[in-house]
Amino acid sequence: MSLLPALVVLPVAGGVIAWLADRLHVGTGVRMRSISWFVSVVVLVLETVLLVVESLRPALQAGGWRDHFFLPWIAQMGIAVRLDMDGLSLSLIWLSLLLCLACVMFSTRQVTVSAGVFHFLFLSTLTGIIGTFLATDLFLFFFFWELMLVPMFVLIAQWGHEDRQRAAMKFFIFTQGSGLLMLLSILGLVIIHYRQTGVLTFDYFALATTGLSPLGSMLLMLGFFVAFAVKLPVVPVHVWLPDAHTQAPTTASVVLAGILLKTGGYGMIRFDIMLFPDAASRFAPVAMGLGIAGILYGAWLSCEQDDIKRLIAYSSVSHMGFVLLGLFSGSWTGMQGAIIQMLAHGLSTGALFLIAGSIQDRVHSRDMRMIGGLWAAMPRLSGAGVFFAVASLGMPGLGNFAGEFLVLLATWRVSPAMAVMAAAGLVLAAVYSLRLVNRVFLAPTRPGAQPVTDFPARQMALLGGIMVAVIVLGLYPRPFMTFAVPSALSMTAAASGERRAP
Amino acid sequence: MAALLPLVVVWPLAATVIVFLSAGRIKGRSAGILATGAVGLSAMTGGVLAAGFMSGAVTYPLHVTLWEWMRVPGFSATIAFALDPVSLVMIAVVTIVGFLIHLYAIGYMAADPGSARFFGCMTLFVAAMLVLVLASDLLCLFIGWEGVGLCSYLLIGFWYDSPANTAAARKAFYITRIGDVAMLCGLLMMATATASLQIDGLLFAVTAGQLSPAVMTGSALLLLTGALAKSAQIPFQSWLPDAMAGPTPTSALIHAATMVTAGVYLLARLHGLFAAAAPAMAIMAAIGMLTLLVAACTALVQSDLKRILAWSTISQLGYMYLALGVGAWQAALFHLVTHACFKALLFLCAGAIIARVDHEQDIFRMGGLRRFMPGVTAAFVIGAGALAALPLVTAGFYSKEMILSAVWRGQPVLTPDFILSGHLLWGGALFGALLTALYIFRCVFLVFYGQEKTVPTGRTRWVMAVPLGCLAFLSVFVGCVEMPGDIAPVHLFTRFVDPAGMAFHPHEPVWLLLAGAITPVAGAGIAWIVWGRSGPVTRTIPETGGGTDDLLPVMPLRFVVRITRYDLPDRLAAAAGWMTRATSRMMMRARRAALHLAAERTAMVGREGTVVLVRMQNGRVRWYAGWIVAGLGAALAWAMLS
Repeated sequence: MSLLPALVVLPVAGGVIAWLADRLHVGTGVRMRSISWFVSVVVLVLETVLLVVESLRPALQAGGWRDHFFLPWIAQMGIAVRLDMDGLSLSLIWLSLLLCLACVMFSTRQVTVSAGVFHFLFLSTLTGIIGTFLATDLFLFFFFWELMLVPMFVLIAQWGHEDRQRAAMKFFIFTQGSGLLMLLSILGLVIIHYRQTGVLTFDYFALATTGLSPLGSMLLMLGFFVAFAVKLPVVPVHVWLPDAHTQAPTTASVVLAGILLKTGGYGMIRFDIMLFPDAASRFAPVAMGLGIAGILYGAWLSCEQDDIKRLIAYSSVSHMGFVLLGLFSGSWTGMQGAIIQMLAHGLSTGALFLIAGSIQDRVHSRDMRMIGGLWAAMPRLSGAGVFFAVASLGMPGLGNFAGEFLVLLATWRVSPAMAVMAAAGLVLAAVYSLRLVNRVFLAPTRPGAQPVTDFPARQMALLGGIMVAVIVLGLYPRPFMTFAVPSALSMTAAASGERRAP
Repeated sequence: MAALLPLVVVWPLAATVIVFLSAGRIKGRSAGILATGAVGLSAMTGGVLAAGFMSGAVTYPLHVTLWEWMRVPGFSATIAFALDPVSLVMIAVVTIVGFLIHLYAIGYMAADPGSARFFGCMTLFVAAMLVLVLASDLLCLFIGWEGVGLCSYLLIGFWYDSPANTAAARKAFYITRIGDVAMLCGLLMMATATASLQIDGLLFAVTAGQLSPAVMTGSALLLLTGALAKSAQIPFQSWLPDAMAGPTPTSALIHAATMVTAGVYLLARLHGLFAAAAPAMAIMAAIGMLTLLVAACTALVQSDLKRILAWSTISQLGYMYLALGVGAWQAALFHLVTHACFKALLFLCAGAIIARVDHEQDIFRMGGLRRFMPGVTAAFVIGAGALAALPLVTAGFYSKEMILSAVWRGQPVLTPDFILSGHLLWGGALFGALLTALYIFRCVFLVFYGQEKTVPTGRTRWVMAVPLGCLAFLSVFVGCVEMPGDIAPVHLFTRFVDPAGMAFHPHEPVWLLLAGAITPVAGAGIAWIVWGRSGPVTRTIPETGGGTDDLLPVMPLRFVVRITRYDLPDRLAAAAGWMTRATSRMMMRARRAALHLAAERTAMVGREGTVVLVRMQNGRVRWYAGWIVAGLGAALAWAMLS
């Protein structure tokens, strides 16, 4: 009995319950105002339990696919509910869950305006994300891909900050438009496969065997690439990101930066590089150039921001440039580096957004010129902020450095000049990170600052957990390097019986 | 025995973690005691290891591999420590000098509300330096390398209430980070060539000729860039004088035991690689020479006590780079040891003075202090004597003499056609020694002699006095472990760090030794004539009284003073920073304008399109019928014609 469907469905089901619970208790008292929050906590804990069970199960094949689920859906079209999990999906789901738990502990309780709907949307985004990480039927993948988009759009547009409508619209148009290109690519691939074999299927493993002409594979690859590039984001199509991250409520910012960007990287690994290895290697120089452009451009703009969330958002663009560079460096080393970088960035940037959100809750400003120094008033928050800013500048011994080093090593083998340019991004990383530290945390207190409360111990423990994870990732990344890698395309006999759905 | 090695690092690291985890519950004094104790324990562990060494219970090099850091096809890195004589010497310097500085800091920082954070950062600094010193894998060394950079940033900007302090801290980090990135590129180059960054394996590959000359020279130059930035050598020197913004114990730690010595240590550790890259050696020697002269000249015109010491550090590091450049890494290491003792002493003395004269740092506003603080005066004079390398009685003499004699014999080869002359370099280094004596005794005579201008208050507490005493003792007697052959055949240091090395002390003309001995005395004498004995003309405050400028009526000379005082490279760096900022602002604006234009145009097209479409849907049935007929007609026509 596979737990994968439960893993996917549980959050959204819990979300419905949270919504209903909130509706039924409308106005019955102050204590009940956070009923939907309690439901969300319970759901996430249950989900964690499920994931622990799932992680402890023996893998289907040694070092490869860990779990598998199959259910016919639209048989005429060859569409099925097919879920598969390997180390890569599992690690990314763990990352998602950890960050969602952190969000719930830190910020969603403060939401008082239609909290039920908020939690429903939040949890359905989680369903979309987990589904995206698991789906191996291309149609289902597309379904989940769009599923995580819509609730996120509403979250930004309804609960965001001053300029939320425009930011939400920008986010939606960019991701939706690029998603349609991906749909075209999916349909193209399916049709080519149908012409060749006479079997109409959306199955990932079946489609992987399709023979393609060089031009055809390049076009299809590009269709996927654009969709993932928008999500990652890659430099010319990153414009939605700073606005969306800045205007989104804290929870949505964390989910966006910590997890949603990773779906882009995940998609590139699974549906770009593994599905069209040949076209990807031909496209690699362009992609690597885009990666370097992202590293330098993102870091550069990040140096010039006054809005704390915008600064972190641009630093994400820079970090994701390393991911793109590593993925297309054409070696296993680069892929591993990119994956470590994704995990480390998810943790450190997610935590930074949590901290930025907490600052905004307390001093009601995101403008670093207005916030002033916080160390004297909030040493815990500031200490955590300094730690994650330092992680973000690529300090050796912390997670980001491990990823960046592996990416640079892989890049150096391909082209030393590219590696030197990418490494120059590390100097800029120091500039924006330390500017952040010296304007918000270790800075003179602004005159007339209101007294504020520091993080309570419970939240600090959670942040401490994230810090430990970042340190472990930085000092002992080997388990992740062998575990969190994509499995090969071929499936064992365990799954082959169900492969050809009627 | 092997298990003791990681402990050396673990003690200070544990202190850091405890101080930060306590979240302010461990306050000032107890945090200080905890930190000092941890560094002391580390020193004791080092002592046990050294005893094991001496007694032969441990054979070196002692390797401890903790865990494998990363492994990918064609490359692997480990977290591994190694102990050999060189790292043992460094452990001794870092932990013993570090311990004394921590002890001093308990007294110095007693009244500061943030002292827990201070001690947490200080022990982390020591821990990072120890990782750097002990690592047997260059990537592992890089953890410590960046770690000391981070800690220096945190400590220089410790008093964050003043934006100038945090700006100085950021400047230090940015400049060293540029070097770090160069070093990282060097590491990548070597990692690609040899599949590992194990120091032993790397040096073996060099001697076995497995690396191409291009890779060796390239990586050597990149590593050299990193080391130059860390050691504040030209052209990266401008961060170190600004780093004075931190608390004085921090300055002592940065200048003596950690941080700036890291570059020298790295080059000494990899001397095998650099020996195979002759151009890198020659560049190193030339930069060392240049730095030691420029920094000494600059120190001569400073009026801030701590800045004089900062420039003197840069100048002394120049001597070490010169020694490294002529292949005398043992001499560089020896000078590193003696320099650590007397520079820590000088800084701590300076801290004690500044604390008692109401945080006045301008030497022209001090004066006559010897009557109020004889103990500190004695300690400072001992430190100054060691820095100036007064013959026989100071440690600095022996180490500087070792460098000078090595430079005399050196022949750095830049290209086969262009060989730097050792004799010329020797002359420059000797001139540098004259300048050194001149500027430090200028400082001594202005601060401790003459009319008193401020009256010190308070007393120097014993926790601050004891480290001064210990360091003064070390500054006198550490030199005795190594002497020039003409004085006494004592070569304990070179035998210890380089037992396999050839006899390092061939006979040289005695007049070399004499020249090296007389020059500092002459310098001190001139200083006495100019600043000690003479009247108030040279003792007035130059900025307000116009003293120095009146003394320098010649325009070119004034220009020289200008550029040394205002530090031209520093200005250039600031200008580059400003230009970068301006460009990025321009890029921001251009980007915003482009997006705005695109959005505007899209909206416009949409609006115009709407107008057309609205015209079509005007609610009149005849228009609709017309459209249907037209469409039908067009479709039929198309079907017929195709």
